[in-house]
Amino acid sequence: MLRFCALAAVLLAATPALARDIVVEAGPNAQERLQSALLDARPGDTVRIGAGRFELTDGLSLDVNGVTVRGAGTERTVLSFKGQLGAGEGLLVTSDDVVLRDFAVEDSKGDGIKSKGADRIVYKNVRVEWTGGPKATNGAYGVYPVESEDVLIDGVTVKGASDAGIYVGQSNRIVVRNSTAMYNVAGIEIENSGLAEVTGNLAAHNTGGILVFDLPALPKRGAGYVLVKGNRVVDNDTPNFAPPGNTVATVPTGTGVLVMAENDVSVTGNELSGNGTANIMVVAYRQPFEDKGYDPYPRNIRLAGNKHGRTGFAPAMPGGKELAAALGGTLPPVFWDGTGGDKVRLVGDDGPVLALGLALGAGIETAKPQLIKLDNAAPSPWRTFKLPAAMEAAAK
Amino acid sequence: MKALLGAVALFAAALIGRPGGVNDAAIAGEGYPARLSEFGFFTDLAARMPAQGLFRYDLDTPLFSDYAAKERYIYLPAGARAKYDPDGPLDLPVGAALVKTFGYTVDGRFKPLETRVLLHRAGGWVPIPYVWNAEGSDADIRRAGTRIPVAFVDPSGERHAISYAVPNQNQCKDCHGLAGRVTPIGIKARYLNHGGQLEKMLAAGMLDRLPPDAPRVARWDDQAAPLDARARAWLEINCAHCHNPRGAASNSGLFLDLARTDPEQRGLFKRPTAAGRGAGTRDFDIVPGVPDASILLYRMESTDPGIAMPELGRATVHKEGVALVRQWIESMPKSAPGR
Repeated sequence: MLRFCALAAVLLAATPALARDIVVEAGPNAQERLQSALLDARPGDTVRIGAGRFELTDGLSLDVNGVTVRGAGTERTVLSFKGQLGAGEGLLVTSDDVVLRDFAVEDSKGDGIKSKGADRIVYKNVRVEWTGGPKATNGAYGVYPVESEDVLIDGVTVKGASDAGIYVGQSNRIVVRNSTAMYNVAGIEIENSGLAEVTGNLAAHNTGGILVFDLPALPKRGAGYVLVKGNRVVDNDTPNFAPPGNTVATVPTGTGVLVMAENDVSVTGNELSGNGTANIMVVAYRQPFEDKGYDPYPRNIRLAGNKHGRTGFAPAMPGGKELAAALGGTLPPVFWDGTGGDKVRLVGDDGPVLALGLALGAGIETAKPQLIKLDNAAPSPWRTFKLPAAMEAAAK
Repeated sequence: MKALLGAVALFAAALIGRPGGVNDAAIAGEGYPARLSEFGFFTDLAARMPAQGLFRYDLDTPLFSDYAAKERYIYLPAGARAKYDPDGPLDLPVGAALVKTFGYTVDGRFKPLETRVLLHRAGGWVPIPYVWNAEGSDADIRRAGTRIPVAFVDPSGERHAISYAVPNQNQCKDCHGLAGRVTPIGIKARYLNHGGQLEKMLAAGMLDRLPPDAPRVARWDDQAAPLDARARAWLEINCAHCHNPRGAASNSGLFLDLARTDPEQRGLFKRPTAAGRGAGTRDFDIVPGVPDASILLYRMESTDPGIAMPELGRATVHKEGVALVRQWIESMPKSAPGR
């Protein structure tokens, strides 16, 4: 008996270390039940969200390291925030080593899923959607990891974001792959980040497909080494519906890939077509700024081996129509504002390239448009990275 | 039977052990007491009569919470003292607690809705929300937060009927998080330094020292105080817990703490970072001289969850705060963004 008790004690003591499943089924009072599960979870636990619709009234949040939140599939487990009354996002994650998979977030009032300072986060088979189609009243970002080290976004679908569908900001070591961004203002955006691979995604019917930005006056500057490879960036034709104050509100409708002010960006092996303004645009940051030390020029940009389909047939940037008329009706697949000249080091075999020769901050009326052929020079040294194996395992 | 007797004895001991006193073990322990009464913060809970060791305080310029009234207490265990800090919150020892009851005056009587406790445990500060029962006799733990329909009349006489939000435990951390650690916000010397509060704490042996030059914020509604000081105090207490380099809005680059000097970080001609539709049709957080072109004011004037700031605890517009910040932006000389 004593021995049995001792064994039981050992088992009991060991219990906290064992991963538990905390199951939450659809039904009344979903808000408090689901939030309670997210609060009660301990490292290693899985919060299993059952099939069905969960009608939520407030943002949900997770602040426990090492928790997996898992639904029954992106069409079966739906967290609906249609009736949301408060909080800036649907789900907020502020802890490390979290895995989010197999559920959907719909109609959040602000962002869909935000993870801040959440290192080694995995988004796998998640859908974020504003179900009323593209509207300025939709939330800004679909999935929104920010200030994080090691981010994996795999098999995610975002539709209808009024800013960027998949947005990774102020982070390092980022993989966005096999994901779909449609009917957003920006499909996929990598902003003020370093070391990113955006591969094998579909960006279609956004205003702009894939954006790589470095902006001034943010706590973290972009560190470059962004690879945009093997994506389908097609038919980005949704008129820009971003609220005018935002940076993405200036993205011309019909932009495929847009590189702004970031250094060391490689755009290669993508299929680009149906983008009415340009398949690829490379531009400097054109607004006034006071951030000392900020570099407004893109640098070391390589555009090579991309398959260019129909493009430049509906240029939506200022002066675009006039330029197209002068060039026989359509613009070439690659557009470069020319700002920064040689220091940009724009290389590769894509083209032809329309270069505008604009000085920093100068208006489009001062453009000296010319068609140029890129120098297919050797790429500048590249930095690669690998995500931790546990993240890859969690995304299996 | 023996077990039952043991339980009764324990229960009795717990009662006798704290005749009207605070249950220090509940504060410092690991658990989440199910009811507010278990802490013994109040000798008469229904009347909210504070127990010994609780010090009532208020802030010269407080956080706006849907016009709710707040009863705030610092609890220090016997013999413990807070350490004065000229900039940050008073440094309270492990075992201390902050107790804040939110409610509205209904038919001339204060009706408590929720009491938030912030407990200083060995592992750090722990926030727990409690929601009062209908009789007002005790409050139950609600770690996951809840919503309560509330009707009230604001100071201008306007009637409101809102869905009042009790934050969940993580949302407590959203505001109280500083570089990942839960931290008190309001108990800074500059917010407490009025009406002899700090002097009283010192005299009661609850504070280690009080320099004669202790800082003091302007009272936001004191018409005699300088406009700039009032507006910046209002912005700090309402915004800077997130909008600082170590807070929840660190990535925004907009920092509204009083000590901030960089004009762009303070919002002047600062473009939004990730505001989305929160920016409306406006380009900059603050356009000097033009409140209606300033995103800051747009977000203060909205109650839409995708736009409104602060993101939590605001179902109404703080009209008086909006008027103050409007006047402040209006008073700034007009200028153009530089390069």
